[in-house]
Amino acid sequence: MVLANREKGLTMNAKVSILHGIAASPGIAIGKAILFRDEEFNTSKREIKKDDIKKEIKRFGDALSKTNAEMLVTKEKIYKTLGKEYARLADAHLLILQDPLITREVTKIISDGINAEYALSEVLEKVIHSFEMIDDEYFRERKHDIADVGKKLLSHLAGGVRRTIADIKTEGVVVGHNFTPSDTLSMRENLLIGFATDIGGKTSHTAILAQSLEIPAVVGLRDVTAKISEGDTIVVDGNQGIVVINPSLEMLENYRHEKEIQLEQTKELEKLKDLPAQTIDGHRIVIGANIDNPSETASVLSHGAEGVGLYRSEFIYFNRSSMPSEEEHYKNYSRIAQKMMPYSVIIRTFDLGGDKLSGMGLEGVATEGNPFLGMRAIRLSLKYPKIFKTQLRGILRASAEGKIKIMYPMISGLGELLAANKILEETKEELRSEGKKFDENIEVGVMIEVPSAALTADQIVAHCDFLSIGTNDLIQYTLAIDRVNENVASLYDPLHPAILRLIKNVVEAAHRAGKWVGLCGEMAADPSLTVVLVGLGLNELSVSPVQAPKIKKIIRNTSYAQARELANDLLESPNREELIKRFKKHTTP
Amino acid sequence: MIEKIVTIKNKLGLHARPAALFVQTAAKFSSQIKIIKDGQEVDGKSIMGLMTLAAAFNTQLKLLANGSDENEAINELVGIFENGFGE
Repeated sequence: MVLANREKGLTMNAKVSILHGIAASPGIAIGKAILFRDEEFNTSKREIKKDDIKKEIKRFGDALSKTNAEMLVTKEKIYKTLGKEYARLADAHLLILQDPLITREVTKIISDGINAEYALSEVLEKVIHSFEMIDDEYFRERKHDIADVGKKLLSHLAGGVRRTIADIKTEGVVVGHNFTPSDTLSMRENLLIGFATDIGGKTSHTAILAQSLEIPAVVGLRDVTAKISEGDTIVVDGNQGIVVINPSLEMLENYRHEKEIQLEQTKELEKLKDLPAQTIDGHRIVIGANIDNPSETASVLSHGAEGVGLYRSEFIYFNRSSMPSEEEHYKNYSRIAQKMMPYSVIIRTFDLGGDKLSGMGLEGVATEGNPFLGMRAIRLSLKYPKIFKTQLRGILRASAEGKIKIMYPMISGLGELLAANKILEETKEELRSEGKKFDENIEVGVMIEVPSAALTADQIVAHCDFLSIGTNDLIQYTLAIDRVNENVASLYDPLHPAILRLIKNVVEAAHRAGKWVGLCGEMAADPSLTVVLVGLGLNELSVSPVQAPKIKKIIRNTSYAQARELANDLLESPNREELIKRFKKHTTP
Repeated sequence: MIEKIVTIKNKLGLHARPAALFVQTAAKFSSQIKIIKDGQEVDGKSIMGLMTLAAAFNTQLKLLANGSDENEAINELVGIFENGFGE
């Protein structure tokens, strides 16, 4: 007691301050503050000589296209981690970038002989000012989106060297003036357990992302960046919208206690974690997790997924200017494999378009009119075997330290599989002759996401160990529908008989060959579709970690016999509407 | 030039997603598109302009289209208002 009081007395020296803001994302984070200062961009006015105006307009155009490319990467990340609904948030940012006020007005001002930075900030200031005049809070808050886009553009005008959240390598709670959605994504990938900002609102994209990523956050604190010093102890209470800087021991104790209670509640939800995904009549399904980053392995295990069903290795290639080395691949994969033991990790070799690699010194990559049907994924790997081998060497070496399986993306037929296997065998031979260890029995699988592969699954499965159906692309390629195109999005139908028949064909081909088959597209995470997927005979469903308990719960309440019946009916019956109703009713948890 | 009066039928008003849908649709046409709310006029191809209208549920707006495909443009844009932006 005496000791406790003394400690209390000591901490009184550091000034306690309590700030009230907006509760943006629930949960409590306690840690050391990391101050993330925004860069100041020089937006002062400069005159541009008449001869240089063209050059200045081009400089602005280049910044626009670089910002656009950066936002597309963010959108892709959001799409892959959180799905289509969230990716729409990124669309709004892209549209702001394409707004005639930016593309036309700014260019017009530049044409009068003014530098791009000043022209842009003049236009944005006017727009932001008119947003500030709005009474409705929701609309008023959109000014943050505009400011975010402006900041990105300015940083590209300044040469694109912007310090990002991704550069922070220590654990803690990050405090800044405002964060962009891509900053928030990086927080989860790093060691940042919560955040607090000066500005922002509850409906900002950053807040929405924080909620779905389960990162506690308080925003709109006005001057938290001025009040905090790097290294201060900080409590972010995302339930109440309160931030406490240098809390007393008593406050700290209370918060720790409250945090524990909340963890208990979360555990309650995760009670299913250690129970098998088994139907009431004893049919066992494996629930795997889809991840992009080694830091997600903790979440995979805490949500009760049995291993990684899809590791999207292409994220190793994002946001960098040189090709990842064999050592980087190896470290990344072995870290995941070790953490996931005794479960396995399926590493999908890079699923990228050539445009992503051209920034890293890959030459001879042409811009393609239709990259989705172009030189990407396994096609790119086969065209540039050196890059492919570097990754394979990393994967193989890591396979000595855990259970790793390899999966090739976008195989369209047997030929590509045989060609990829040949390179894999060569790589194994190289490692053997160098005396480097790897798993000699490493399993190789194929991602079935091209209709031609689904139709020839029998030929493909004869030369690999497993199949995993990637429904996002399979649906898009089969139904000729761009899933992010609003005009046709309503035609994107996972229950189209063509899709169900393709899945069934793949499942049967694998089973006839005595091999297992999984499904790792967004379809696997849709609770209303779980029963039909179980009924189609899939052995594994791979979903994002947070979705795993939900899907497991449904499987545990499903009868396999009934699920099979439903799946068969859906494959055959022309009265699909009625059947959809039937199984939606059946699956209401 | 044609003009039409429309009413916002979705509960949340012309928020980010409907505004995006409107702008994307407007961009398909070569005609100039304008939206007027209580005398405030904005470019129908500008998402920032549209959002500054802060048009809420039941607000009446005037749509203007001017150009070679003004008829098609007005029809399609009125259409998305009528089905409440699919929400």
